Amino acid sequence: MAAEAEPGPSAVVDTTDGGPAMRWVVTPLLAAFEPPMRWLQTKLGLRGLPYVFLLPTMAIFGLFSFLPALLNIYISFTGGASTILADRPFVGLRNYEALLACESIFVPKSCPVSGFGFWTGMWNTLLFAVIQVPIMTAVALATAIVLNREIRARGFWRALFFYPVMLSPVVVAVVWDWVLKRRGILNALLAELAETRNALAAWGPLEMVAKIAALLVVAAIARRLWALRAKGGLAIAALVLCACAAAWLVFAWDVRASIATQAWRPVNWLADANSSWPFFWVVFVYTWSHLGFFMLILLAGLQAIPRDLYEAAEMDGTPKWRAFVRITVPLLMPTLLVVLVLSLIRAFQIFDEVYVLTGGGPGTATRMVIQEIYESAFVSDAKLYGVAAAASVLLAGVVLVLTLVQLALTRRKAGA
Amino acid sequence: MGRAIAFLTRTRNPGRVDWTDILAYAYLVLGVLLILAPVVWLFVSSFKSQRALIESDPRFLPYEQVTAVLPGSTRPVNLVEWTAPDGTTRILAQLRLSGANVVLADPAKPDETIQVPRRDTRPHETVRARFENYSEPTFGGGAAGTFRFGLYFGNSVFVTVVATLMTLAISSMAAFALAKYRFAGRDVFMLLIVATLLMPATVILVPLFIVVKNFGMLDSLWGVIIPGAATPTGVFLLRQYMLTIPDELIEAARMDSASEWKIYYKIVLPLALPAIAVLAILSIIWRWNDFLWPLVVLSRSETFTLQLGLSSFKGEMLDATHYLLAMTVLTLLPVTFVFAFLQKYITTGIANTGMK
Repeated sequence: MAAEAEPGPSAVVDTTDGGPAMRWVVTPLLAAFEPPMRWLQTKLGLRGLPYVFLLPTMAIFGLFSFLPALLNIYISFTGGASTILADRPFVGLRNYEALLACESIFVPKSCPVSGFGFWTGMWNTLLFAVIQVPIMTAVALATAIVLNREIRARGFWRALFFYPVMLSPVVVAVVWDWVLKRRGILNALLAELAETRNALAAWGPLEMVAKIAALLVVAAIARRLWALRAKGGLAIAALVLCACAAAWLVFAWDVRASIATQAWRPVNWLADANSSWPFFWVVFVYTWSHLGFFMLILLAGLQAIPRDLYEAAEMDGTPKWRAFVRITVPLLMPTLLVVLVLSLIRAFQIFDEVYVLTGGGPGTATRMVIQEIYESAFVSDAKLYGVAAAASVLLAGVVLVLTLVQLALTRRKAGA
Repeated sequence: MGRAIAFLTRTRNPGRVDWTDILAYAYLVLGVLLILAPVVWLFVSSFKSQRALIESDPRFLPYEQVTAVLPGSTRPVNLVEWTAPDGTTRILAQLRLSGANVVLADPAKPDETIQVPRRDTRPHETVRARFENYSEPTFGGGAAGTFRFGLYFGNSVFVTVVATLMTLAISSMAAFALAKYRFAGRDVFMLLIVATLLMPATVILVPLFIVVKNFGMLDSLWGVIIPGAATPTGVFLLRQYMLTIPDELIEAARMDSASEWKIYYKIVLPLALPAIAVLAILSIIWRWNDFLWPLVVLSRSETFTLQLGLSSFKGEMLDATHYLLAMTVLTLLPVTFVFAFLQKYITTGIANTGMK
């Protein structure tokens, strides 16, 4: 995924020692390992030594990635609440039955209890992914395109857009909870806005000022269209439309009525069970906090497009939008695909932000599948490790496929 | 001011402002507002009094009611600003309410009371940042009892530092082996390391928990540190970099009969320092912000990290918002500082690895 040239080591051949921390702490510490490693080298020879270097990493991967991945499948076939594998009775497919024995998986209510939670979480997660991924990709792309222009202080803007990525999910949730609670600042601002609009509607000269301003805008548009009148019927039609708009503005527009509004009733953004607001804000907050990451990948992709392509297009008199469609879009496509798949993988694993922000509520409106797995294994009194493992296996299937797609895409991109 | 305008109006073609430039800057300003405003609002709110927070005072600065202790009394009373019918304003002590009226008195002469309509008075307030919101949970005192900031902070620092050092040590060793040796099974190891990307902790929560429990690492910070110490991203980041270190250096060192371990820590490690720095920063941020895995492993509050402490505090103490906000600010400050100073490394590191 390297977009910029990797900064290779300079031509300086003599060993850099990397400053005082390296010289006084790290090097002496590592020097202490020299006698045993020297002994190993004489024992194993140069051929055996790489395995020694690989051992710590592979041991951790073995114990805490591969072993659990296998155990996951085994545990999904066992029942009981014990964490000692020998004490867990084999129950065959019963855990999967608890998840899948529904009349229809599209109707979680037709499932057994565990299945209800699982499919509610799964469909919520899927809905989240389907809504969130296009929004994330579109906003990240727009931001990357804007940041790729020749703007002043690009590094500063880029850093600011990236900043939320640094914040922990818990911090993000507290920040937005504080903004969104019923008596929070968002409701206060909206109330203020409604008041300002009403104050404006009560302003004496409003009618005249608003109409003149709107007419000026229409006149400006009409002037540009007038210059284009030779080009054909479309411009003429637009001019007629402008005339109609002007007439409407003068005679039929009730300015006061279109501005005045009711006083703002505070909305319980994160807990209103009769609206989609909690789900909306989960999507919003998640996008807010992860946007910078995807923006950065897309920006690197944009900067990897050779500048001379655009220069050549400009010389040929190609319009900007055409250069965008013909150069930017195709050359960015591999990066865009990686971003799409990567954000899909992430979206399927959403937990932290939502768990702290809404706790899955109101009701089960924002309850995601990881929360279901976490709670059925560790929070419920029954400690349904088997069911949770079965749910994990089903989820792992989705993540596995998506990750393989992503790896294939990344590989192809690196190869191209 | 002139420079600010020149700064804002600089465009591709000097002297000509394209409408797309205006659009671009409008987008940036709006975006940055949307990103910074909530954080700034949290920051200023964290200095407000508990009362201002409960009443959701929407004013930007932290205002606080001024009180005074009248002579002959021990209880402080609120001061109000009273606008007399002639337009003058006086600051008086509010003794009590009486219907739609209030009984006021000059703080110096509490016996001479006057009764005025309540709507002519408003609270006498002053701007005062409450640093107690920060000091009480940090050093004890006040009602902050259950939030032990120092403890959680210490746990978080321990996890972050130890885990990062472990990650750097073992990832650089593995990367060294994969970059600088030819040995049987090298490609298999590479493949195995990629394969770990297919099993993120989120989908192996239950078995991972059972493994960690059987190792006796439950409710211990080691149970948080060790399982995540090896990272495929880290190994690949470092290997990629070490590939660019010329083999001649290593050959030359072997000629001088340096041991392989010495070659690793005396030659390769110092030369790979830029990549190691990137991994260090990424690891620090991963570990500091980690939530789900610590949530599974740690259940006793003595072992909580800051993130866990904060989230359980958010769940429990609904009326202690003033502490919650202050502690949230303290949690985000270290990350903000690291980011402010090392922003370049972080963004290029992430853009190059596609991981965070």
